[in-house]
Amino acid sequence: MNVQFRDRPEPASPASVKTAIADCDIHPARATKDELYPFLAGRWHAHLETYGVHAYQGMMEGPPYPKTQPNASRRDAWPPEGGQQGSSLSFMQKQHLDPNHVALGVLNPLGATGQGMRNHDLSAALATAINDWQIEKWTSKDSRLKASVVVANEDGMAAAAEIRRRAGDRNFVQVLLLSRNVEPLGQRRYWPIYQAAEEAGLPVGVHAFGFGGNPITASGWPSYYIEEMVGHSQCQQTALASLVLEGVFERHPKLKMIMIEAGFGWAPSLSWRLDKVFEKLHGEVPHLKRKPSEYIRDHIFWTTQPMEDPERRDHLFDVIDWIGWDKLLFATDYPHWDYDEPSRVLPAGVSDANREAFYLTNALKLYGLA
Amino acid sequence: MARHVIAPVDELPPGTRKFLTIDERPIAIFNINGEFFGLLNRCPHQGAALCEGPLIGLAQSSDPGEIEYTRLGEILRCPWHGWEFDIRTGQSYCDPKKFRTRAYPVNVEPGASVVKGPYVAETLAVSVESDYVVVDL
Repeated sequence: MNVQFRDRPEPASPASVKTAIADCDIHPARATKDELYPFLAGRWHAHLETYGVHAYQGMMEGPPYPKTQPNASRRDAWPPEGGQQGSSLSFMQKQHLDPNHVALGVLNPLGATGQGMRNHDLSAALATAINDWQIEKWTSKDSRLKASVVVANEDGMAAAAEIRRRAGDRNFVQVLLLSRNVEPLGQRRYWPIYQAAEEAGLPVGVHAFGFGGNPITASGWPSYYIEEMVGHSQCQQTALASLVLEGVFERHPKLKMIMIEAGFGWAPSLSWRLDKVFEKLHGEVPHLKRKPSEYIRDHIFWTTQPMEDPERRDHLFDVIDWIGWDKLLFATDYPHWDYDEPSRVLPAGVSDANREAFYLTNALKLYGLA
Repeated sequence: MARHVIAPVDELPPGTRKFLTIDERPIAIFNINGEFFGLLNRCPHQGAALCEGPLIGLAQSSDPGEIEYTRLGEILRCPWHGWEFDIRTGQSYCDPKKFRTRAYPVNVEPGASVVKGPYVAETLAVSVESDYVVVDL
């Protein structure tokens, strides 16, 4: 009899792709609430303990919609030593980085990182702290991991200062914004961020979520988590239309942006609609010298998790052909529950060149690591 | 079909599950109110360790606003993407290729009357023999 028992189940050992991949959306977490304290001045310890955090919206500590799994994470991702999912480097290595051949992992810290807070001084201090923490706990310990520059997103000047502080530091490969802000992302309060990012040669990632105080939909707060899940794409469309129409890409021709975790199937239709009305209304936005779709195709990259999953794979390939196989960045969203398993995510019928671009080389090129 | 003795019944009381490997296949055995079930510990969707998920009930609605929660503890929910499987049959309750809210008959009995998705988790026959849990593989 060849029966082997185990008390605690081993984490799922994925079949995996056999070649190196880039994972452009990994979420590192703090194991304890005070893990950032060593990176914060004593003044802010006292502030946090006395006054706490004043966010633009409630539910910052607990998510605005109940999630389907604890901490919106895989149930097999609890580190054996305790702490939240995503808080252990050694477990992340064992469960994800090693078996999946992750050659590049881009860290996107979420939740109480300083973004979406009304106290802009605290926001800036927390953002700096979370960036120092990413180096100390993650990127200096595993060269596969690269950090995002988290910024005080509602304070353009403070955000630009943080980007300049990190410019040239190869621990960092992008600036991180979230899609739900106080205003649509093309508005001029955010312009110093794009200026500094372009100067630093860092692409700007816009990850779904955020704490700007606005509902996830354009017409109010919906009832269900499933509505939030699809609402992220609406939110991202608003951000992208604003970025294009406010002239951010006209002003910053070298700026690259990445739409993270909001799908990409909507990119062609948004572009077609923008182009159609632009033909008639371009007099309203004379600062634009090109069609909206051209800015989108030239400046925007897209992470794959979540990928739309149409019944006919031809439809998926049609969308990607429009976007460009050179614009997709593979992502798993580890350790979150809607994680994409690398070996299962791409349908058959993709050329070797496109496959390699999809899984690895697009990301290496964009982040200047090729 | 080989028979594998898994454990004395006392070691697998109701509400517990046991993970094991047979012929290099990851298996989990469940005791649900004295009934034993075996499942391949791999989700047919993206390969997660399916049997680590919670056992839940079946939320069904015959009409909007009418919700019944039945079969508590008999539905296994994948620890990654939340796909639901009938632990008695391994039958999937969702079809991600046409993912939408569907109305199911209330008081569904296991098996044939359930709306079937395209994926079926591999189930194993489990029986109790002389106070041992035995799995047929």
